[in-house]
Amino acid sequence: MPNILDLRRRIRSVRNTRQITRAMKMVAGARLRRAQERILRARPYAGAIRSVLESVAARVDLTEQSAIPLLAARDVRRVLLVLVTADRGLCGAFNSNLIRAAHSYLEQHSDVEVSMLAVGRKGYDHFRKRMVPLAGEHINIFSKLEFSSARAVAAQIIELYSDAKVDAVDFIYNEFKSIMTQHVVVERYLPIPPVKPAQGQYLVDYIYEQPPAEIFSLLLPRYVESQVFRALLESQAAELAAKTTAMDAATRNASEMIDSLTLYMNRVRQAAITKEIIEIVSGAAAQEE
Amino acid sequence: MAEETTERIHVELVTPDKLVLREEVLAVSLPGREGYLGILPGHAPLLTELKPGQLSYTQGSLTHYLFVSGGFAEVQPHRVTVLVEASERPEEIDVERAKRAQQRAEERLRKAGGGEAEIDALRAQAALQRAMGRVEVAQRARQEQV
Repeated sequence: MPNILDLRRRIRSVRNTRQITRAMKMVAGARLRRAQERILRARPYAGAIRSVLESVAARVDLTEQSAIPLLAARDVRRVLLVLVTADRGLCGAFNSNLIRAAHSYLEQHSDVEVSMLAVGRKGYDHFRKRMVPLAGEHINIFSKLEFSSARAVAAQIIELYSDAKVDAVDFIYNEFKSIMTQHVVVERYLPIPPVKPAQGQYLVDYIYEQPPAEIFSLLLPRYVESQVFRALLESQAAELAAKTTAMDAATRNASEMIDSLTLYMNRVRQAAITKEIIEIVSGAAAQEE
Repeated sequence: MAEETTERIHVELVTPDKLVLREEVLAVSLPGREGYLGILPGHAPLLTELKPGQLSYTQGSLTHYLFVSGGFAEVQPHRVTVLVEASERPEEIDVERAKRAQQRAEERLRKAGGGEAEIDALRAQAALQRAMGRVEVAQRARQEQV
């Protein structure tokens, strides 16, 4: 029978764990709110750049468009997979869902050469030991996520694509739906699908300070950057949401464990007392005889 | 003419981080690639690249200044959309830091003159433009206050 002292120690240690998980839940919740706000604040820029791009597209004909490197679709023989995971664990199935999605992506694309760009430590740690060539990694960017980190990622994929080292760029990341649900999405980022000209009754005829095609090709990298930034923000919000729920569950489990351990401890204590009484009573009975 | 003075332009200034400005203004001036552009209500549609510099807009009798780094501007008769990577109001600018950045960039440019890598020179040039833009905006705003 376990002794009471050991049980008491275990209860204390579970209580400490509960305190930590509760604190982590609070922190993740607060950061989640901020991350959600950032997604909302990033929307106007992405929307504006999209609409400018569409209105310029009307001025640049499609044959000219296909001459621009970021729009040029080639036969896909080499693909760059950008896997956006978290830098840290303790967020439930968040990272393992992503890694599972990446594995099934690799199986589906076994006929093409896939290299990987790992954003986030967890994906990097998982895949650097495996048979997937890594094009690079971006680690520890989530603790202080800035637009410049998105720009660094975008610059790398744009360079690989324009130098024809890869023929397509796919992203796997977690999209933030709500606190309870996130879902893994696989999206093609490059080549950029041909931009449809803005629809409207009349098209605005702009005055240009430089040729439309030039502006167009200057706008495209900015567009890619804003797309990457959005993926990173979504992933961060999803990670924090997953962490909040995981830590909430952990806190609840710890409470349950404390309850059942306390009950068990009391039972053991009572059993010990009962045993002692029986011993005394039977000892006294033996004396009387 | 009285009618014209009441006309407004709707200006939106956005960066990847946030919406910086959404105002109805009388006039706005932008740092275009080939020089500053003054935009009044009813301007012809225009699309241009922006270089780092100062964006100013007039509201009533007041003129406000902002620093913008490079980006784009789309002008429509009563609407201006400015897309830039970074933007700061005068009170947010750290003048000392900008001046130090300016010195650093100037020094690097001098050194790069001796056949250094071209990319470094370009980067220093861009940094110099940003630093000068910041200093200019901060000083302009201070003068206006006096």
